[in-house]
Amino acid sequence: MLFSGLAEKLQDTFQKLKRKGKLTEKDVETALREVRMALLEADVNYKVAKDFTAAVKERAIGAEVIKSLTPGQQVIKVVHEELVRLMGETQSKIAPPSPPPQAVMMVGLQGSGKTTSAAKLAVHLRREGHRPLLVAADIYRPAAIYQLEVLGRETDIPVFSMGKEDPLQIARAAMKKAAQEQNDYIILDTAGRLHIDEALMSELGRLKEGLNPLEILLVVDAMTGQDAVNVAGTFHQQLGLTGVILTKLDGDTRGGAALSVRNVTGCPIKFSGTGEKIDAFEPFHPDRMASRILGMGDVLSLIEKAQQVVDVEKSRLLEQKLQNQSLTLEDFLDQLQQVRQMGPLDELMGMIPGMNKAVKGMKNMAVDEKELVKAEAIVKSMTRQERLQPEIINSSRRRRIAGGSGTTVQDVNRLLKQFGEMKKMLKQFSTMDKSRLKKTKGLFPFK
Amino acid sequence: MLNIFKDGLRRTREALQGRFDQLFTKNEIDEEFFEELEEVLISADVGVETSMKIIAQLQQQLRDARVKETAQAREMLKELLVNIMDGDEPALLSHASSPPTVFLVLGVNGVGKTTTIAKLAYSYRTEGKNVLMAAGDTFRAAAIEQLEEWSKVVGAGIIKHQTGGDPSAVIYDAVSAAVARKTDLVLCDTAGRLHTRANLVEEIKKVYRVIDRALPGAPHEILLVLDATTGQNGIAQAQYFQQAVPLTGIILTKLDGTARGGIVVAVKDITGIPVKLVGLGEKKEDLQRFDPSLFAEALLG
Repeated sequence: MLFSGLAEKLQDTFQKLKRKGKLTEKDVETALREVRMALLEADVNYKVAKDFTAAVKERAIGAEVIKSLTPGQQVIKVVHEELVRLMGETQSKIAPPSPPPQAVMMVGLQGSGKTTSAAKLAVHLRREGHRPLLVAADIYRPAAIYQLEVLGRETDIPVFSMGKEDPLQIARAAMKKAAQEQNDYIILDTAGRLHIDEALMSELGRLKEGLNPLEILLVVDAMTGQDAVNVAGTFHQQLGLTGVILTKLDGDTRGGAALSVRNVTGCPIKFSGTGEKIDAFEPFHPDRMASRILGMGDVLSLIEKAQQVVDVEKSRLLEQKLQNQSLTLEDFLDQLQQVRQMGPLDELMGMIPGMNKAVKGMKNMAVDEKELVKAEAIVKSMTRQERLQPEIINSSRRRRIAGGSGTTVQDVNRLLKQFGEMKKMLKQFSTMDKSRLKKTKGLFPFK
Repeated sequence: MLNIFKDGLRRTREALQGRFDQLFTKNEIDEEFFEELEEVLISADVGVETSMKIIAQLQQQLRDARVKETAQAREMLKELLVNIMDGDEPALLSHASSPPTVFLVLGVNGVGKTTTIAKLAYSYRTEGKNVLMAAGDTFRAAAIEQLEEWSKVVGAGIIKHQTGGDPSAVIYDAVSAAVARKTDLVLCDTAGRLHTRANLVEEIKKVYRVIDRALPGAPHEILLVLDATTGQNGIAQAQYFQQAVPLTGIILTKLDGTARGGIVVAVKDITGIPVKLVGLGEKKEDLQRFDPSLFAEALLG
């Protein structure tokens, strides 16, 4: 229904052109239309998307793409590179607090996640050896002060509040308090406001003037649509932002707003909030964001996750086994357990290019999680010998395994069949030409 | 009522007016006209798919009617939008034949669920109805306190448990209490964790079952709160919640900013869920009935 990943889409486009043998400028234009649509589906601002594809076109009709044997991949590569370039370098640092204390102001629309981000940023700074003080300056939303106090208690970070006083008074008193208590940063949680609310915007202006903050960070919901440019533009114009925090990036959002915001403000996107847990706060990675916007998945994060749980020694052994095709059900069990350690299956699937939408097509991913549990139970109900030599599993053994794992003989049969197929597939992989593998490295994972 | 709606949509209109005026004063319908139309629709968050569909339909109609002037095209476009957003009658909220009526309110983080519940409560209170709020967001820090403050402001009762408690239990208690007290309306708040978390969906399914057990036939409305600034993810949100429970309507919030809320056109087009109410400001009286024709008109300037 919605766009499948851009990668597949372009693959299709170029597949159709294959017979032609040569790409024309018009072919590239067709492809870039797909790119533009993908950007728009990801909520990149209309004008930004248009300018962007125009810029890419310059490069894409150059010889490097047209003459390449894999124009589809080349176009994506160029698009990806340009996106990363546009999003700027990673600058996920808060300026040093000299002399301490220094103020960091969190600003943004209602519901963008300022209070949570303030607490997350405080935890992040503490991890870097700082002593942050959270300051409750949202005097409008009911219970906002209390929310920050609760978050402070949970994270063991001090919170300064003065009830519903004027925010500038609160901030000044907090600075004094910070100086006494040797806090080097104060993080000011301001009230959410509409960028067109003149009274509230001038309140922020007064805060800025009276406080001279080190950083003014705009908190932007990654799900924001086309309006992101207006919001970011106005905040930047009136306050002079120093950076952006992108929140709620843990959904299935492509987060094209990041590109729009970066484009209008020129400010670096410093961090992204990726979950509700207080440590779900990461430095912003332009390259990963580019992949995400293009619907190409987040392979890097997946690899990182895998690296956290995968046993390197075991992997090397496994690789050898794949080479000489001696994979057993024992190894299969190991793999199963490692996959399950990496986190919920649907989350992992979402990181694989092209899988995001495919997964959504499947009605209930939770079922598949259960399949993994089932598979594990079945393998665990086998004897060691059975795992090493699955061919000895006859029907009476099947019945016993089914009984032992609380499954049916059909389940056992299915698993054995799948294992057989997997072995067959791996055999094909391992006979693949090594040099060919090397060449495709660094490109995007097509089939 | 309509005046307030018009006023709230004024900014939407102003934001779009410039473009549309330009678009429609160009007497001639040519390639450029459709390109600009695409820009206007997509810039309002209507989305690629629905925008393309609208443009294709308009092109067809223009051909059939041999229309060559933009003024007529404008009327046709408005009609197309109204048709997508469903006819001339504002979609009404359904109520139980005898009290209590139960509304379940859903949505992701930060869309304004709690505030919307307060506004709903207020509008029923002004009609002299008794309202009970169920503090079903037991997850977010201070969500219960936030609802509690609102309950005092609007004069509604509240049933709450502790943060971290089981939302179904709170909501079951609230609905049972409303049955016993013959309260007119129960408004059930829920946690706004992101919809991609499978356990949230399970939790909502459970809440839904529990309401039906406490009062067969309830809830009478299952309302999804969507933020007007939301982009294409709004479709995913609607589809996801719809997988869990049968949504009966959308409340579009924060339409008082510069966001045009065009995402509801895409959501209606793709999922069929109608918009029933719109939030047009921060005051407790800023919740209004949705009127498709006014909305379309506002979009078209």
